[in-house]
Amino acid sequence: MLGKLDWSAIPFDQPIPLIAGAVVLVGILAVLAWVVVKGHLPYLWHEWITSVDHKRIGVMYILLASVMLLRGGSDAIMMRIQQAVAYQSQGYLPPEHYNQIFSAHGTIMIFFVAMPFVIGLMNLIVPLQLGVRDVAFPTLNSVGFWLTATGALLVNLSLVIGEFARTGWLAFPPLSELSYSPGVGVDYYAWSLQISGVGTLVAGINLVTTVLKLRTKGMNYLRMPMFCWTTLASNLLIVAAFPILTATLAMLLLDRYLGFHFFTNEAGGNVMMFMNLIWAWGHPEVYILVLPAFGIFSEVVSTFSGKALFGYRSMVLATMAICVISFMVWLHHFFTMGAGPDVNAIFGIASMIIAIPTGVKIYNWLFTMYGGRIRFETPMLWSIGFMVTFIIGGLTGVLVAVPPADFILHNSMFLVAHFHNVIIGGVLFGAFAGFEYWFPKAFGFRLNDRWGKLAFWFTFLGFYVTFIPLYVAGMLGMTRRMQHYDVAAWRPWMLVAAVGMAVLTIGVICQIMQLVVSIRNREALRDHTGDPWDGRSLEWATSSPPPVFNFAFNPDVRGEDAYWDLKAHAKQQSLQHDAPEYHDIEMPRNSPTGFVCAFFATVMGFALIWHIWWMVILGGIGAFATFVVFAWRDHDEYVIPAEEVAAIDRVNLEERRSLVSMAGTV
Amino acid sequence: MSMTATAGRAHADPHHIGLVIEHPGPAPKRIVTAYGFWVFLLSDIVMFSCFFAAYAVLADQTAGGPKGSEIFEQRNVAIETVCLLLSSFTCGMASIAADVRNRLWFYLGMAVTCLLGLIFLVIEFREFADLVARGYGPSRSAFLTAFFSLVGCHGLHVSAGILWLLTMMAQVFAKGFRADVLRRMMCFALFWHALDIVWVGVFSVVYLLGSGV
Repeated sequence: MLGKLDWSAIPFDQPIPLIAGAVVLVGILAVLAWVVVKGHLPYLWHEWITSVDHKRIGVMYILLASVMLLRGGSDAIMMRIQQAVAYQSQGYLPPEHYNQIFSAHGTIMIFFVAMPFVIGLMNLIVPLQLGVRDVAFPTLNSVGFWLTATGALLVNLSLVIGEFARTGWLAFPPLSELSYSPGVGVDYYAWSLQISGVGTLVAGINLVTTVLKLRTKGMNYLRMPMFCWTTLASNLLIVAAFPILTATLAMLLLDRYLGFHFFTNEAGGNVMMFMNLIWAWGHPEVYILVLPAFGIFSEVVSTFSGKALFGYRSMVLATMAICVISFMVWLHHFFTMGAGPDVNAIFGIASMIIAIPTGVKIYNWLFTMYGGRIRFETPMLWSIGFMVTFIIGGLTGVLVAVPPADFILHNSMFLVAHFHNVIIGGVLFGAFAGFEYWFPKAFGFRLNDRWGKLAFWFTFLGFYVTFIPLYVAGMLGMTRRMQHYDVAAWRPWMLVAAVGMAVLTIGVICQIMQLVVSIRNREALRDHTGDPWDGRSLEWATSSPPPVFNFAFNPDVRGEDAYWDLKAHAKQQSLQHDAPEYHDIEMPRNSPTGFVCAFFATVMGFALIWHIWWMVILGGIGAFATFVVFAWRDHDEYVIPAEEVAAIDRVNLEERRSLVSMAGTV
Repeated sequence: MSMTATAGRAHADPHHIGLVIEHPGPAPKRIVTAYGFWVFLLSDIVMFSCFFAAYAVLADQTAGGPKGSEIFEQRNVAIETVCLLLSSFTCGMASIAADVRNRLWFYLGMAVTCLLGLIFLVIEFREFADLVARGYGPSRSAFLTAFFSLVGCHGLHVSAGILWLLTMMAQVFAKGFRADVLRRMMCFALFWHALDIVWVGVFSVVYLLGSGV
């Protein structure tokens, strides 16, 4: 009846996951109770859960990423403490638990923090920067978000029902095969990634189509803001790479569920094929994450230097070059696995070549700052912190791209330090820069400056104190993923790293404090202009938060830095018209399709993990029925009448005119 | 919104020299939908290419089990191929019928497409069932694993296509040739033709190359 599921699935003998699970459960129930008692449920349902507005979906993506960041961060804290205390002892985490923690940490941080954070920012900002009213497929957008949330839910469910994978975040076979991992851990891993992977693919298709087919009048390719370009590159990579992940995990699942022999040791299976396939997805994946961050830094550096981006075209070229070359370097993840010197040399050189366009970008940012009037606001601090940190991470990356060096450093703590150096220093700093930069656009008030800067400095310092020691430990021969060790020379570095983790944690607390303080003082921090940073692209040409239709008129773009141009030529532009003629606007209707579909996906995923076959069929039928009901509806759009558009827009215009008259002289 | 591109001198854009074609603005819905679906199809083909790659890697790993030439039956494959290629033609007929709003020809075209697809599936299913019965199931060897997965993945796509086809017919029956229904019909046709192209790959890589050795 319930497949493999019974009471033994709940780890009564392990207090840590049980207590953690109980705390989270109580937290969720408390929030739910508060929402219901306060009567916010209808608001939540109509304005957020069923919303197909790209801005709302973007905010929900970022919210999901932030919550998951706390979960992944807790895992990181536990690992750092374990390695600090487990010198010549077992520490406090038994091996099978420790292995689950590092697997969950990697999986969550990549798939449920970094991915939703950057996809959320792209969702939120790209349609605004392109001057359009929504993404290409609004309902599909909602489906994509909710499927991502399903994946996150399943991963967290494994905390208290069953177990998570003990195989590392990429579940290499043969360890991940049924004979070596007979539990449900790998199944939790694979099914949650399959489901959220569909969500990511949907988001990728949506954003590619949006950038290529929905741009406002005059928004030629070479007038798009840099963030739109990096979004295009990143989503092209999603469309080309995520199907590889889907296929690879499907093969692994076929091995596990139906006794196939893709990656098994026996009957001719080929383990190296898994390595090649997973990294053919995995390497583009890191560029999927970091390219949008590059776009964010481009916007931030240009805005806070008060200058147009230096070398815009070389930046476009560098972005697209990275997009292509990122598919040609995957083998550097397993130089040591016997590909031979010729192949290794080719991939080593390709890996070094990809540093060139990245270097072009760094110089472009530096030259953008050169001679600019730089304002050291919080987003700018994150950007400068990024440049310093990312260069160090990039250099150690070029180092491990040299095959002979990689033979020494492969799977050592040096590698761990390297990829945290680029992912935290690149993606996470970028996500935070974008968060601070665009928060006023999304919510209509700025974030508290003091707490923001504190958060930056603690995170920045905490990062170095945590990860530089890991480089050293790696040089001293420490391999990654060690539950305990006996080498005295490593111990001090592990202790320093644990201190660094504490500093990082203070950074996270400052970030939370910043939100709390800012929300409390939101009236004082309110942004009436729609353009709090003196920005340069179209998202700043509308109010904060933007009306549901984004722009009352489709903006007409006449050059790069569209809004800057708009401000400079304000007299000819719509802002200056006294009584513009408004028209009715058609917007897509809300739809619960995404939420309902994700509900059935959750049921189906859970049932697949536990081999509850009747429930799988039920979930499948439910998901199909949801789509049919959606396809059957008669009205998929509603009309905002011209008077309402006019009323909303007039208020916005009044507030922003004063700003334009000041800035128009620039 | 106007779809005509206007040529003009770029204003306030110091990087441009000479004439610039001004982007005309957002594309109409039909274009956007079809474009997005094309992008999806490309991603789907990337997924198929992984199974093709796996097949190419594992084709010789028979682990003492049968080779391709010992189990492939050319006659069945020929019938399957004819069915699928013909179904592409009838699907095209249904698309044209939808464009000219002719219900009779639409239903007829779709019904024949469905029938041909079902024949294809039945033959494939019998081939699979026969192999399993002889002990040559997918767990026998890595070659059979890759074979069942690649061909089965295509078969699953055809099954999903038939489900979509029936839903499409029901929708035209209930809603008529509405603009959104026509857009979906266009996507369905793209999907069905893409499956044909993938089958040509399967036919060549699996059955033609496999039968020779």
